[in-house]
Amino acid sequence: MRKAYSAMKYVCIAALVISMIALVAVVAYVLINGVDKLSLNLVFGEYTDNAPTVFPALVGTLQLVCIAAIIAVPIGVASAIFLVEYTNNKGKFVKIVQVATETLAGIPSIVYGLFGYLIFVVAFGWGYSMLGGGITLAIMILPTIVRSTQESLLSVQGGLREGAYALGTSKVRTIFKIVLPSAAGGIVTAIILAIGRVVSESAVLLLTINMVVNKVPETLMSPGTSLALDIYYFASHGYPDEAAATAVVLLIFVMILNLLAGFIGNLIRKSTYGDAK
Amino acid sequence: MRGVFLFSAIFSILALATITVFLFISGVPFIAKTGFAKFIFGSDWAPLADTPSYGIFPMIVASLYVTALSVVIGIGIGLLTALALYKFCPKRLVAPIRQMINLLAGIPSVIFGLFGMTVIVPFVRDYLSPTGVGYGIFSASIVLGIMILPTIVSVSLDSLNSVPNTYYEGALALGATKEQATFKIMLPAAKSGILAGVVLAIGRAIGETMAVIMVIGGSPEMPESLFQSVRTLTANIAMGALELNGDALSALIATGVVLFVFTLILNVSFGILKRDNADKKEKKGKRGTAK
Repeated sequence: MRKAYSAMKYVCIAALVISMIALVAVVAYVLINGVDKLSLNLVFGEYTDNAPTVFPALVGTLQLVCIAAIIAVPIGVASAIFLVEYTNNKGKFVKIVQVATETLAGIPSIVYGLFGYLIFVVAFGWGYSMLGGGITLAIMILPTIVRSTQESLLSVQGGLREGAYALGTSKVRTIFKIVLPSAAGGIVTAIILAIGRVVSESAVLLLTINMVVNKVPETLMSPGTSLALDIYYFASHGYPDEAAATAVVLLIFVMILNLLAGFIGNLIRKSTYGDAK
Repeated sequence: MRGVFLFSAIFSILALATITVFLFISGVPFIAKTGFAKFIFGSDWAPLADTPSYGIFPMIVASLYVTALSVVIGIGIGLLTALALYKFCPKRLVAPIRQMINLLAGIPSVIFGLFGMTVIVPFVRDYLSPTGVGYGIFSASIVLGIMILPTIVSVSLDSLNSVPNTYYEGALALGATKEQATFKIMLPAAKSGILAGVVLAIGRAIGETMAVIMVIGGSPEMPESLFQSVRTLTANIAMGALELNGDALSALIATGVVLFVFTLILNVSFGILKRDNADKKEKKGKRGTAK
């Protein structure tokens, strides 16, 4: 019996090695396979049928990130402020909001895509548009932002708030001058991670911005594409080299965002708390 | 100012309500028109035929297959990985490995799809597939299994770490080996947290679109083999959306409704598991404080 369990130790370690190899293999393969196909022309050049580029996707991704962040960040942060600062994070209303955000977080992205299609493309009559795609993405990342902002706000010590009140500061002023700056590290980390999700997302966009890969969107109401969509398009339309190279661009983007999230969060934390932590 | 904050908080509820209402209003009448049983259990999907038929049973079956298999792969390896990180791996390696797994959790699903399409599908076709087809449930499950690994490892490790260490020490004091204590005491104690992680992983697997459509093939056929081009619910929506409109589009929205209901069920069970967990912790806390 004892022997059987000792053997399990090695099974576990084998599993650890397998999962690390599997995950690292995905990244390593994409990087190694794509890096030599990468060129300046592919990233910034004009799109032609013989030499497709990802420049339209680069512009599109930037637009989507801006739209989604402009909508989701204020609403998400404000909603977390209400939950933590005005209701003490207790009570029926908080429960309901919690259930709503958790449910939103669990909805598959393709269902968000259907919703975006129904409301923006059909009901509003916008047709496929970057704006519609951006708003749909904003709703999709909202739960993450609410959740993490809530946690950051909760971790601000109560004494800071009470000190501000004792000095006669109003509630709103306390929130903006004391609580938010103290929680800024966590909130910024959450926002950058949410942007990472916007950059990675593709299924939603299939139904809302319609994968027009060869044109930079003229206005926010035009259809367009994103880096992630481009990979799918290239891979399924017989441009394997372009797909591999675009994957490198996307992967680098996402990795930088993920690393940045932790780094900037720490930087802000340090500048607010001095070198205490 | 309070009003602004309140409105923002209500926004999530509004968004959820709008999504639900829009989906059901556009999808349910179509299901009613086709006939519930015919839609759910019909095995013919031919929206472009002269007499179109809309049966999504093959997609439901394929979705369930892919989800089950990928979760088995993901849990099998992920849980053991978490255990290795928990007790059986040099302490100074744990933090860097965890950080790396967190970083890898952010890889976009389309990249997993590309990897599956260019590496796993050809490999399966050349070496494993009895039918000579690389696309299908088998390849999709492997890709998804790798994709959900980081989630499972993080959640399992967190719930293992939240078990009081005194359990472990107690077991050792009674003469159990390190391994026995880990598998017989700590693992059962972390059970409900791990189960919540499993539900989360199921949700991700059943809802994943991009990684799946690149390796599943896409024929709306009843899955008879793991190595055969089929379609999941998500793939049905994504692939259909690119080529259809009109009545067939309502069929896609109806597919979305079915998927939405699936995820709602998962969400509710996740909520229940988490509440159970919280209840237990509360009790534990009380027992601990009543000295």
